[in-house]
Amino acid sequence: MAEQIVTQSQFAKNLKKYYTFYTGGFITFVIIVGILEQMGVPNKILGYIFLFATILLYAGIGFMAKTADVGEYYVAGRRVPAFFNGMATGADWMSAASFIGMAGTLYLTGYDGLAFVLGWTGGYCLVAILLAPYLRKFGQFTIPDFLGARFGGHLPRFIGVVAAITCSFTYVIAQIYGVGIITSRFTGLEFQVGVFVGLTGILVCSFLGGMKAVTWTQVAQYIILIVAYMIPVVWLSVKQTGIPIPQIVAYTHSLPKITALENEFNDKASPKGAKEESVRAIFRERAAAGTAKLAGLEKDGPAFLAAEKQKLVDKAAALKAATDPAADPKAIDAAEKAVKAFPADAAAAKKAWTAEKAVGARAAPLKHHAEAFASAGKTPEEVDKNRGKAKKNFLALIMCLMVGTAALPHILMRYYTTPSVHEARVSVFWGLFFIFLLYFTAPALGILAKYEVYSNLVGSSFASLPAWVSNWSVVDKTLMNISDINSDGIVQLAEVVIGGDLIVLATPEIAGLPYVISGLVAAGGLAAALSTADGLLLTIANAMSHDLYYKMIDPNASTVRRLAVSKGLLLVVAVIAAYVTSLKPGDILFLVGAAFSLAASGFFPALVCGVFWKRANWLGAVIGMAAGLGICAYYMYITYPFFGVNAPLWWDINPISAGTFGIPAGFIGIIIGSLISPAPGKEIQDLVDHVRYPNLESDIDTKGV
Amino acid sequence: MQLTEKHKQYWNINLKISTVLLVLWFVVTFVMGWFARELNEINFIGPLGFYMSAQGSLIIYVAIIWYYAHYMNNLDLEYGVHEGELD
Repeated sequence: MAEQIVTQSQFAKNLKKYYTFYTGGFITFVIIVGILEQMGVPNKILGYIFLFATILLYAGIGFMAKTADVGEYYVAGRRVPAFFNGMATGADWMSAASFIGMAGTLYLTGYDGLAFVLGWTGGYCLVAILLAPYLRKFGQFTIPDFLGARFGGHLPRFIGVVAAITCSFTYVIAQIYGVGIITSRFTGLEFQVGVFVGLTGILVCSFLGGMKAVTWTQVAQYIILIVAYMIPVVWLSVKQTGIPIPQIVAYTHSLPKITALENEFNDKASPKGAKEESVRAIFRERAAAGTAKLAGLEKDGPAFLAAEKQKLVDKAAALKAATDPAADPKAIDAAEKAVKAFPADAAAAKKAWTAEKAVGARAAPLKHHAEAFASAGKTPEEVDKNRGKAKKNFLALIMCLMVGTAALPHILMRYYTTPSVHEARVSVFWGLFFIFLLYFTAPALGILAKYEVYSNLVGSSFASLPAWVSNWSVVDKTLMNISDINSDGIVQLAEVVIGGDLIVLATPEIAGLPYVISGLVAAGGLAAALSTADGLLLTIANAMSHDLYYKMIDPNASTVRRLAVSKGLLLVVAVIAAYVTSLKPGDILFLVGAAFSLAASGFFPALVCGVFWKRANWLGAVIGMAAGLGICAYYMYITYPFFGVNAPLWWDINPISAGTFGIPAGFIGIIIGSLISPAPGKEIQDLVDHVRYPNLESDIDTKGV
Repeated sequence: MQLTEKHKQYWNINLKISTVLLVLWFVVTFVMGWFARELNEINFIGPLGFYMSAQGSLIIYVAIIWYYAHYMNNLDLEYGVHEGELD
């Protein structure tokens, strides 16, 4: 091939040229779609154009990068320059949750949501300092490869394969879920259909060209997702403040105003506070009524249910019987509806009244956006105790996310693809830099959106709601739910319920941008979800085809056969993942958290000890990885409500941070296991020295293609 | 494979710089997180505790990684363990 004669620096130069050209082409495409919109093409068609054009683009890149070479297929020929590997890492890393969910989470939780921002960036310090350069020097194909070579024998490799598949599969479900949500929202296709359309895009790419195709597609996807994220936020910032740097004005301009408004809303003596209080009082009453009915049901059972129903029937009858011509027909209507809506049996009643009881939460005073570890309680001691719990969980979650970052195989795999150890180190820098661009914008977006809601939405009249509010409340009640609780015709904050995903999706409309930008945001979200799914599926398929099949079952398999097995498995795994996703299992955030905790507990101790502790050996790795994974999975099983065990928490740590126990268990396991068995032999010691130095004379060779 | 004194020295310096940078990482993450409420009393581009977790610490992370790559590249050259020209 002609490419092989091209030197690395020329190669990098060409790449820059291609991607500059590509970015220009993409912007032209967006402008053309914008012109189509002005010409009156309906929004739904624009949504389809964005969806299919971008998927076609990714498939096209995948097709151009198709390969039958093992080195190209598994590690993109090891010549991805640091800068581009950084972009690919960024796209690989930033998932649907980062792109669509993050700013909304920050809008809803304020300071406490920053655990995700810190955890998902700071972990790269661990990658850069503890793992990336050493894995690059080792330079084979997968993370289980390192475990197999460093600790010897099949068992460490096998546990590594199990850990890689478990955490990547959990994570890929969350991504495919995101793909389904985005395609169905912007094209009107059904969720299940959306899942499979998106999947086609993923597959064409990774199927034909493996890591090589995935890498170049991810670079393209990064460019789309960062452009799509930045444009609406910058525009919103200009609209609110006149300054196009949201990352600064959000803190200097908007945050102080939000704080002032929060104080006003919480102060019953102020005009705004008094109105909020009137809504909150209604919620408190409803909650109290719900609580009382639940207690009655608990005490008297069906008799209570019948009596309650009779009350409503009597009330409706009394209203009808009153011959007063001034009787309000609406009141009769409402009374009859109440009879009809009355729960049919005790179970339905319990559910309905529990929901009523829960509206009490909407009566709570606002917490300040910037306040860390806000907590409530009846006594000052209880407040302090709850605050301690919140703080502990905040820090535990950060730790699990950070260590998980440094252990997720689809990220670590990216450092095998750089041309040298030095480039691997630099590419971690570029990777975090490109991730940072989005992550330091998300908190600012959360603030800008909050300012918009607090200052413009609140106080506006129900008769003339801002367009984005009325649009979204029609599209999806879980994203935007607004109703005039106290019937005064004016919006109060307590009357608005916003779903986290709304913030990013609605920003273009809040900023008053045309629909083409909404389409662009959808394309960005899709790029984020597809790129992560690509990397994860490839990791799973490689773990099975390379580690399980080639290294453990049939070491004599030919190259053609290895690639065929890998591609076949990719297809099977993708279809299984899409099927599981179409069943809509559980809570996305928990799935993501679980993937991080599992990776952190299973891989991190073994990988770090493998490089930094020569004494670590086979038995240590086996015990450490098994203990880490085991404790982490066990804790999630006994505490996460989904599994129904509901055992008491250990030291109040939430199930999402199960790695808090898994990581130490992993380290203790390795230390004990290694010390009770003989030190590893000279060969392993040489291997450790080999990975520690970028270049040694008389060095051993682990390239082993 | 025989390691020289110089090689051992290289590794020790690597361990030292790694430790220093990881301590810095730990401080801006966990120590600052622990004292977030106290830091919020100070006003620096908004409440300091909030600003650090939303942006300040992130900038420090990027800087840590840049510094490590830069420092280690020079160390490789100084101790003669750098990789050959790739072209």
